[in-house]
Amino acid sequence: MSGPPAHLAPVGGWSRWQRSWWYHAVVYAQTWRGSVVGAVVLPFLFLLAMGVGVGHLVAHHHGKVGGQSYLDFLAPSLLATTAMQLGSDESLWPVLGAIKWVRTYHAAAATPLEPEDVFVGKLSWVLTRALATSIIYTAVIGIFGALHSWWALTLPLVGGLVAVAFAAPLITWAARAQSDGPFVTYYRFATVPMFLFSATFYPVSAYPAALRPLVQIAPLYHGVALARAAASGHAQLGAIAAHVSVLAAMGAVGVVLGRRAMRRRLVD
Amino acid sequence: MSERGQGGAPVVVARGLTKRFGEFAAVRGIDVTVRPGESFGFLGPNGAGKTSTMRMVSAVSRPSAGELTIFGLDPRTHGPEIRARLGVVPQEDTLELELSVRWNLEIFGRYFDLPRALIRQRTQELLEFVQLADRADSRVDDLSGGMRRRLTIARALINQPEILILDEPTTGLDPQARHLVWDRLYRLKREGVTLIITTHYMDEAEQLCDRLVVMDHGTIVAEGTPRELIDAHSTREVVELRFDDDGDGDASGDGGRVARLGDLAERVEVLPDRVLLYVDDGDDVLSTVHREGIVPASALVRRSSLEDVFLRLTGRTLVE
Ligand SMILES: Nc1ncnc2c1ncn2[C@@H]1O[C@H](COP(=O)(O)OP(=O)(O)OP(=O)(O)O)[C@@H](O)[C@H]1O
Ligand SMILES: [Mg+2]
Repeated sequence: MSGPPAHLAPVGGWSRWQRSWWYHAVVYAQTWRGSVVGAVVLPFLFLLAMGVGVGHLVAHHHGKVGGQSYLDFLAPSLLATTAMQLGSDESLWPVLGAIKWVRTYHAAAATPLEPEDVFVGKLSWVLTRALATSIIYTAVIGIFGALHSWWALTLPLVGGLVAVAFAAPLITWAARAQSDGPFVTYYRFATVPMFLFSATFYPVSAYPAALRPLVQIAPLYHGVALARAAASGHAQLGAIAAHVSVLAAMGAVGVVLGRRAMRRRLVD
Repeated sequence: MSERGQGGAPVVVARGLTKRFGEFAAVRGIDVTVRPGESFGFLGPNGAGKTSTMRMVSAVSRPSAGELTIFGLDPRTHGPEIRARLGVVPQEDTLELELSVRWNLEIFGRYFDLPRALIRQRTQELLEFVQLADRADSRVDDLSGGMRRRLTIARALINQPEILILDEPTTGLDPQARHLVWDRLYRLKREGVTLIITTHYMDEAEQLCDRLVVMDHGTIVAEGTPRELIDAHSTREVVELRFDDDGDGDASGDGGRVARLGDLAERVEVLPDRVLLYVDDGDDVLSTVHREGIVPASALVRRSSLEDVFLRLTGRTLVE
């Protein structure tokens, strides 16, 4: 083997976290068994069944939900829940696996990458996926005629924000976890209830007053509310700021704790 | 004894190097100096602290106490710079199983920020070097253990490291695969790469290491070249005797057999399955054994090895 030692070799010019982002992208691209068609067809089917089908029933009985047609009401929440789902699926088992089972994060930690780079690379990959998926979903929702404002162009950002708000704390958790047992519990008792009860399928006003605060502290509730506001263009600035703050705070706390957790786990 | 014509400043210096996990000290204040171009071994049984030491020397795991410099740099402040010049073959392969051989190398090349064209070129060279060129597009999951090990070695070489750190490079491989790995490590050594190797195979240590330390319970119990260690801690030859009648090493059970053998040898070790006599002239002692009317089921005369050194120093065999 010829050539100068590596540290003198010409460099590709990628920052360290970007190299980790690239790793996650390669693994996804090489192992993804679904297809782009699936990613588009799924929201289509969902909107057809729930939005148009159930929407018909709703129109028959009450007319409007939260002042909107049921399809208009439902479609944006689909984008938010999908972003939550993606942010969760990417962050628990794959991260614990890369630390504990296949140990590929340990392999990365033996290169110039630092544990923080692995964390940021992973999170930025989740963000990338969430943005791409949200762009597709926004287009599909548009095709169903459920977008009523130019603010709808911010829907992909909402999807990205929701995914990061979930992924950052969940990656942190996975970086500290010893087994995947609690992950199943989390899905059962947090993800599924949030999916069902975050004013996703009916407005928060449908709940008894005593339960409403419970709905409103669910992180997904803020994502759904943001997505709905973006699609319709109707919102109060104060409410938007509050929703964004909650999600951004989750992401920020997750980043601070997650970088540390990843370091502690990989350098021990 | 460490000055053996290896020029240049030491590449690794450890003084009082310690690693604790909670209350438990896995590495207890070891001193090690590795010089450029030499092949340095850590020999020790399970749990001796070899991997814990390797992970510190790889600038990954933080020392709990003591001093450590690699290329003269402090790994706590210069981790990325140091690791850019190291190649690491961990005890477990840590390959991406779902990806092809080629992609595994490509990812690593990217980790070291090499330009893509260079990665491609080195991938080709390295796969030929470890004889995996025909498996470039196979999924790692489909490779045998020996192939994965070779791929892990190729991966560790993608950045043309100055030091290659190998944690039990051939454990679990069949003899043929081991010899292939050894041959490749010789070649790297000839090219001037410094090798740091852990093993619990004494033949591997004898084959590969210019100099080694024997580790046990987190401490270094001896240091030197394989030859020096054998000369210092063992006799020239060993007579291995096996008995059918299961004297059990219990001197009373076989009419003081061990005591009688003890008179013939410098030292006697009684293992569960055999008795070892440490002597200078094995054949001579063996005929005396026969003359004394002691009849082993089988007998073997051999030269002392690192295994005997280890037994002497720790009272235990290397591979249980
Ligand atoms: N992360 C850890 N947490 C707690 N204890 C640890 C950790 N890593 C290693 N140990 C303990 O430290 C001791 C030394 O382990 P180490 O892996 O360094 O030994 P080794 O010489 O590499 O053994 P082997 O030949 O089995 O690979 C063992 O008792 C092990 O249980
Ligand atoms: Mg080990």
